[in-house]
Amino acid sequence: MLPDELKDHAGASALDAAFPGAITGGHAERNEPTLWVAPARIVEVCRYLKDQQRFVRLSAVTAVDWLPAAPRFEVVYLLHSLERNQRLRLKCWLSESECEIDSVTGVWRTADWYEREVFDLFGVRFRNHPGLTRILMPSDWEGHPLRKDYPVHGYKYSYQDE
Amino acid sequence: MRETTLHTDSITAIDATHEPLIQAPAPSTRHMILNMGPQHPSTHGVLRIVLELDGETILKAVPDIGFLHTGIEKNCEVKTWQQVVTLTDRVDYLSNLSNNLVYALSVEKLIGDIEIPSKAQWMRVMLAELQRLNSHLVWLGTHALDIGAMTMFFYCFREREDILRIFEMFSGQRMMTSYIRIGGLALEPPRGWQQAVGKFINAFPSKVDEYEELLNNNPIWKRRTQGVGFVPLEDLLDLGVTGPMIRAAGVKWDVRKDEPYSSYDQFEFEIPVHTENDVYARYRVRMEEMRQSARIIKQALEGMPEGAWQASAPKIVLPEREKMKTQMEALIYHFKIVTEGFRVPAGEVYQAVESPRGEIGYYVVSNGTSKPYRVFMRTPSFGNLQALAPLLEGRLLADSIASLGSMDFVLGDVDR
Repeated sequence: MLPDELKDHAGASALDAAFPGAITGGHAERNEPTLWVAPARIVEVCRYLKDQQRFVRLSAVTAVDWLPAAPRFEVVYLLHSLERNQRLRLKCWLSESECEIDSVTGVWRTADWYEREVFDLFGVRFRNHPGLTRILMPSDWEGHPLRKDYPVHGYKYSYQDE
Repeated sequence: MRETTLHTDSITAIDATHEPLIQAPAPSTRHMILNMGPQHPSTHGVLRIVLELDGETILKAVPDIGFLHTGIEKNCEVKTWQQVVTLTDRVDYLSNLSNNLVYALSVEKLIGDIEIPSKAQWMRVMLAELQRLNSHLVWLGTHALDIGAMTMFFYCFREREDILRIFEMFSGQRMMTSYIRIGGLALEPPRGWQQAVGKFINAFPSKVDEYEELLNNNPIWKRRTQGVGFVPLEDLLDLGVTGPMIRAAGVKWDVRKDEPYSSYDQFEFEIPVHTENDVYARYRVRMEEMRQSARIIKQALEGMPEGAWQASAPKIVLPEREKMKTQMEALIYHFKIVTEGFRVPAGEVYQAVESPRGEIGYYVVSNGTSKPYRVFMRTPSFGNLQALAPLLEGRLLADSIASLGSMDFVLGDVDR
């Protein structure tokens, strides 16, 4: 459901009309339009926003871990339209047991490394990603450092032991 | 043939436990796999590129990053809001002040009811532009050095030294400045800063002339750069490239103009655009950006507003030393800020600024406590580096150095 404050946002209202039910909520706090998208429909929504609404740039993909809340993970897509000089944020909520979402690399190639980063640091898996491997941490690393239950000093080392 | 097997062996040995980045070519082909980096001088940091070569031609290039990953985003979550400023310095060692600025702006946007006095805003603009000059000078010096023009390096570092002296004058630090803080600036601008900046900025445009005289019509420089490193604009946008790279491909987009922050709308400057989309065009764009930055600094110097350099927000900004000795409230605020920091209303913001390399954006999430819940840094170098493979593949190995240099990435900025 499209929130009231985003009714006059051209991109958001067109998106809601084209994909009824795909938008589950949102807000426009601090003048930054944000839409919550059903995770199963993220690829078609992104494709529509890129092709029809001219959001040619994907600035970044990132995630937030809301432990112990459920659903736990929030995957955030930061979109930008050069023509309209507008930004739009999409969010998908993923539960811990099913932290998997379709990759948007088919829509924007730049999603490749950002999704790898989210996988590396949060452990969220992206279906149909061309090569979902760790990108910042060593490939034999255990755990996902940006999860809230991961200690800052890591599992193996701690200052107390020294 | 013998050479081929030797190189493939060494590469599979490195990745013994993991999938190799490039599968070893069949022994019947003449392809060779070459490890460029992580300590190659032209990668300007710790970047490893695995190249598959057919003679001198690059068939495939796979960048391997993460060598400089220091977990800055994780560290932000255990520091108070103001302490994080020192971490933002360390993301990109050539544009510390742009990182300070974008962090301060995003937290100020989260706080909402905090007004930054115009002197602080103008000072931020001036310092960010000096930082842009500093970064472009390092880029120009090292890029020219890579291509073989050694003199440029000395010229550029001569001017850079003056900029670093100015930074030292302001903040006490040459590189890790932490000068732009939430609520304004860290310290009062030092006595005599007008003379120091004025002396530098009056002389600087003639220095740019000097650089251009050396390079613009230099036949070696032109043959090494013109027509090299072309990638179609659609691909650049699709790959998330920002900054001078896309401005050299004809896109007139600059965060300073399109989403003005910190009173950039009060300054007069142009956005240089070229359409050739090669290494030479990127060079020209950056050279013109230097002139425009000098213009902005000059305007800031001449029109610097009077008044406070910090917001009047006693719960966020540390009180003056003198007040602490005479007023109890000031002492209490000081104690509170130092021991537990300040709380920032819950919410999230994305703030972008134009760093020397492109769009740098911080996505900051607060849950209402005195520490950030999440700080995501959308760094321009990470975004730009994805265009590396299309920039190199199908081209000559010798051109790869010019192409790499024209991207102007900082590996600390890539790996965070």
